[in-house]
Amino acid sequence: MTTISFQSALGIHEPAMYLRSRRAEVLSNNLANADTPNFKARDVDFAALLDQATAAQRTDTARATHTRHLSLGDGEPNGDLLYRTPTQPSIDGNTVEEHLEMARFAKNSQDFEASLYFLNSKFNGLKNAIRGEV
Amino acid sequence: MNSIFDIAGSGMAAQSVRINTVASNLANAQSAASSVNQVYRARHPVFAAMHANALADINGANPWTQASGDPWASAPTQGEDGQGVQVLGITESQAPLDRRFEPGHPLADKDGYVYYPNVNVVEQMADMISASRSFQINVELLQSAKTMSQRLLSLGQ
Repeated sequence: MTTISFQSALGIHEPAMYLRSRRAEVLSNNLANADTPNFKARDVDFAALLDQATAAQRTDTARATHTRHLSLGDGEPNGDLLYRTPTQPSIDGNTVEEHLEMARFAKNSQDFEASLYFLNSKFNGLKNAIRGEV
Repeated sequence: MNSIFDIAGSGMAAQSVRINTVASNLANAQSAASSVNQVYRARHPVFAAMHANALADINGANPWTQASGDPWASAPTQGEDGQGVQVLGITESQAPLDRRFEPGHPLADKDGYVYYPNVNVVEQMADMISASRSFQINVELLQSAKTMSQRLLSLGQ
């Protein structure tokens, strides 16, 4: 008998939403430092981090049966921040391009909304299954 | 997600310091003085990125909390997550002062010269526009973050 686990019910959308909110923080930090000399714009490799997060979910069946076994990590991705390659670097060493960062932030917010939509649909599906209605 | 509010807030605080210095510079653009030491000099804030590890240090051992002579010399370490922007201090412009020969001026020195500030009004106006645009960007960030958290709170309802 299988039990309902939130991890398998929610699938990829939970780590996706976590990563979207983390990326929003990184992009907002870039924009706050748009006038800071020598500041280098940062970003995360979303696809790689999501892959890492879901790989941690996939290997979830391996369990530590001894106290001295190494843990497989908590499945929470904490990838390194990468540096952005600017198209037009400025003379004070700052590599933030406000218009591009703003566009990325807007896109990221929309993707966050999409993840929310999918998660809401999952919860509605679970509710319907529990009530036995359609 | 909550750190976006702090980051955008630090950005707005830094930009308002910048607008304050612009206002001070423009207000004092014609403040004359009778010697080089008394005259007003154009002021500029120095921005630096804040990091998670810098916040942990409260004893002042962090070099970025003490605005030293040349804050441009050492670049901030960028290993940790960014936590917004901070104002390290206000520097005074080293541009040459404006010395005018005005013997009739009440502040003229014994040779008849009056010293005027080294404020470049055109530069200050451009700086003001840049600062208010950056402030606007931070306000928009805050609004987006607010929408995102509100939607997150209503998840599953």
